[in-house]
Amino acid sequence: MSKQLIQICINERTLTVASGTLLRELQQLQCPDADLLIVNGYPCPVDQILADQDRIVMIRRGVAPEPQELEALMMARHTPGVHTKVKGARVGIAGAGGLGSAIAIALARTGIGFIKIADFDVVEPSNLNRQQYFIDQIGLPKVHALRANLQRINPLVTVDVYHGKITAQNMKDLFADVDILVEAFDAADQKAMLANTFLPTFPEKYLVAASGMAGYEPGNSIRTQKINEHFYLCGDNLTSAGPGCGLMAPRVGIAAHHQANAVLRLILGEDPATEG
Amino acid sequence: MRIIVNGNEQQITAHTSISALLETANIDPEQVVTELNGLIIAPEHYEETHLNNGDTIELIQFVGGG
Repeated sequence: MSKQLIQICINERTLTVASGTLLRELQQLQCPDADLLIVNGYPCPVDQILADQDRIVMIRRGVAPEPQELEALMMARHTPGVHTKVKGARVGIAGAGGLGSAIAIALARTGIGFIKIADFDVVEPSNLNRQQYFIDQIGLPKVHALRANLQRINPLVTVDVYHGKITAQNMKDLFADVDILVEAFDAADQKAMLANTFLPTFPEKYLVAASGMAGYEPGNSIRTQKINEHFYLCGDNLTSAGPGCGLMAPRVGIAAHHQANAVLRLILGEDPATEG
Repeated sequence: MRIIVNGNEQQITAHTSISALLETANIDPEQVVTELNGLIIAPEHYEETHLNNGDTIELIQFVGGG
């Protein structure tokens, strides 16, 4: 009489085991050093018999999984088919402030294969109210601090950085190797300079820019607008930063994530500005 | 003559340049992207680019913050 088999999923890989197999038996075979066993989303301190279609994650506390395993674990919550496309994507980010740092983190978590970040600035204490840096990074060039943070989040992303000013002259070289550029500057004239240079220089590429995200006006006023097939604009188009209207984490974050989502939609072949 | 500015019809005098249009609308030429009939006009050509009857122009103004 042949033993009945069940199919389980361990660390995002499918495995066939004999019916009646115990969790601890599986641990001895698959991951003997693990000190945390999670079955179907819940930590499991006592042994149990595995059931068909159980989803098991075995973790060693504080130990990073091997790259291949990490990739499978991180991408397990993506919609099927997304991972291959985002892994092949090449995205540039012009500016590593409130917008750029949040966009970079969202894109790294999404598994974008190549991110190029350019910025001239260093981390200052006044940045920490909205920018994705840490107190111990004060004084570091933002691009170096951001690269370090991205490597801690997802070492599988290739991060290329440029510490310096982006100008109309160097833009052609800086962003020749990306398909989509995200404008994440602070100053209005720099935003316009980037769009006025990038779009005619690279008519085949895409630009996702931002304008209007200061203060604490309603989040719903921030939206993604299509200017043309290759140019999208996120923000409320109105609220500029200035005396009496500062830049704060929630609204800057909303605009940044509109931009990151526009990038993701472009990668997946969807129009960023089309609603439901 | 009539042109369309950001989707709205507007009456302007003949031979108005982009520079003049921006000045009338109180728009800083350093903070705008100008799309004339679907083509982006480089800022250095604002002065010499004159608008024609029926032109469609999009003025995308940036505000500071990021």
